Amino acid sequence: MAASRLHGAGHYVHVGFSIAVFVFLIAPILVVVPLSFNAEPYFTFTEGMLSLDPAAFSLRWYAAVTGDPNWLRALLNSLVIGFFATTLATVLGTVASLGLASPAMPARRAVMGVLISPMVTPVVIAAAGMFFFYSSIGLAQTHVGLILAHAALGTPFVVITVTATLASFDENLVRAGASLGADPWRVFRRVQLPLIAPGVVSGALFAFAASFDEVVTVLFMGGLEQRTIPREMWAGIREQISPAILAVATMLIAFALGLMGCVEWLRRRGAQAA
Amino acid sequence: MEPDARPYVQFEAVHKSYDGVTPIVSDLHLTVYEGEFLTLLGPSGSGKTTCLMMLAGFETPSAGAIRINGKAVDDVPPRRRDIGMVFQNYALFPHMTVGGNLAFPLEARRMEKAVIDERVQRALQLVRLEGFEVRRPGQLSGGQQQRVAIARALVFEPDLVLMDEPLGALDRRLREEMQFEIRRIQRTLGVTVVYVTHDQQEAMSMSDRVAVFNAGRIEQVASPEVLYEEPERPFVASFIGDNNLLPGRLLAVDGDTCDVEVAPEQIVKAFLVAPPQERPRPGPGDDVVLAIRPERVGLAPQPGTYSNEFEVPVEDMVFLGDHLRVQTSFAGAGLVVKIPNVVGHGAVLAGDKVRIGWATTDCRALEPAQRGQAR
Repeated sequence: MAASRLHGAGHYVHVGFSIAVFVFLIAPILVVVPLSFNAEPYFTFTEGMLSLDPAAFSLRWYAAVTGDPNWLRALLNSLVIGFFATTLATVLGTVASLGLASPAMPARRAVMGVLISPMVTPVVIAAAGMFFFYSSIGLAQTHVGLILAHAALGTPFVVITVTATLASFDENLVRAGASLGADPWRVFRRVQLPLIAPGVVSGALFAFAASFDEVVTVLFMGGLEQRTIPREMWAGIREQISPAILAVATMLIAFALGLMGCVEWLRRRGAQAA
Repeated sequence: MEPDARPYVQFEAVHKSYDGVTPIVSDLHLTVYEGEFLTLLGPSGSGKTTCLMMLAGFETPSAGAIRINGKAVDDVPPRRRDIGMVFQNYALFPHMTVGGNLAFPLEARRMEKAVIDERVQRALQLVRLEGFEVRRPGQLSGGQQQRVAIARALVFEPDLVLMDEPLGALDRRLREEMQFEIRRIQRTLGVTVVYVTHDQQEAMSMSDRVAVFNAGRIEQVASPEVLYEEPERPFVASFIGDNNLLPGRLLAVDGDTCDVEVAPEQIVKAFLVAPPQERPRPGPGDDVVLAIRPERVGLAPQPGTYSNEFEVPVEDMVFLGDHLRVQTSFAGAGLVVKIPNVVGHGAVLAGDKVRIGWATTDCRALEPAQRGQAR
């Protein structure tokens, strides 16, 4: 009995500590959500909000954001750059993972390390490097330049998720496909790709998220025409402190949750199929 | 095989090594005849699966040539070899239905939808899985998955089917059922099958001929009966069925019979087996290995029944239902006698002295393995 009571006490400490960690991680994010419905142009809770007076809440900052051509252009930029960067990162990352999975590939660990490096290197360093390089070839302050930069940052996510899926992929299926008369492209499209699809798609979602909330390379390389949502938020905080930013932040949180939901759903589906 | 059978697959001096030093398969010569069920049998690591993979095109021989239907296939990729293959763990496509799996090779050949449907139905009938086309492999039992794998390897009507330990994952009863089933399908279609297994009982019960592999070489290729009754090497004698192997020294040779000294003053009359591949027969003074099947040894025979008769001590007797195993001590080694459990089998007890005997023709004098391998 004594042992189990001790065990019980330890259990409560454990749970309490875990909750504290959660609060530490999530509270700064969650606090943004009610503030975005503030009826007043403040970053703090008003008395009305604390007493849950309906009049203290409003959607005015959401209206301000959706009616502002700057924010809409930023959204469009984020989506366009995110889409192309994700496509590029997904194709490159998937092909790289397939190559790295082959036992015939020389120096696999070294190549893997290089491919993953954009994730580990401080983005400032990568962004500064890209800035000088892209400036000299005329790609700085262009959409293409940002797309390439974000593709480089997103590729490691795809490599990691696809490599993880390939680890449980039965290589005999590829052999079976070949023995049944299918050319390599058909084997890839009909057998390999459908089976590693959960890894490819979750990698793509991560790559998109990485591009969608990336601000450092945009600060270095983006001109006025390449302002993305994070860049606009950066400007908003520095230039015109308005709860509109909180509305954008809330929308981004909802969007991120949606992405996470997709990834989790894919993971479960993948686990079921295996 | 009938003498007029046409060679379909030929391995000619095939050699395979991954690192250029350690041979996996060396100097392999093997002919598979059209319509034949040939099994590659051997312990794991003996090179049998590597041979199958070279035939399928997933591995390339380091030297030598493989011919299919007379044509060298070195430069032919697996997808153009038109060989059906059943993999060890089935390798069914888990995201496709049974019907999708079976249609895959037909779609790869760009056949018309109507033809595909008809062929898929026929293949399902052949393996007795009618109505299963909408299920997924994960919803099938091991035996059913095995049938789908076989149907998929046959649905595009290849002339040659390879099977890599296809029954390894099944339980014993199902395995026996599938052995019969595979044999029935092979006879129905008349397709040539090369089958890999390490299970000698499986090889014996299914094959027209068996190639016994050991350490990257073929020890003997023959029908199951010949392998059992007339092994040419000690490895085959001990790998196929139960056997007593006794080392000895050749004293005298008289035609096919010989005298072998197995211990001082103990001389056995044996049948001298000509070594394979035209090497000279052992002569007096050479070492030989005697192989005597336990069931060919008579227990307490009428004196004078056999050309070899000895008094030996009984060390142990094990009752095994339909037969009894009597462990005796002979020529400084053990010698097992297997006697059927029939009325009046003449029970013996440990510690008894008993007379045993066997015929000259049931005692084969073989060239020892060491000499056979030092070439």
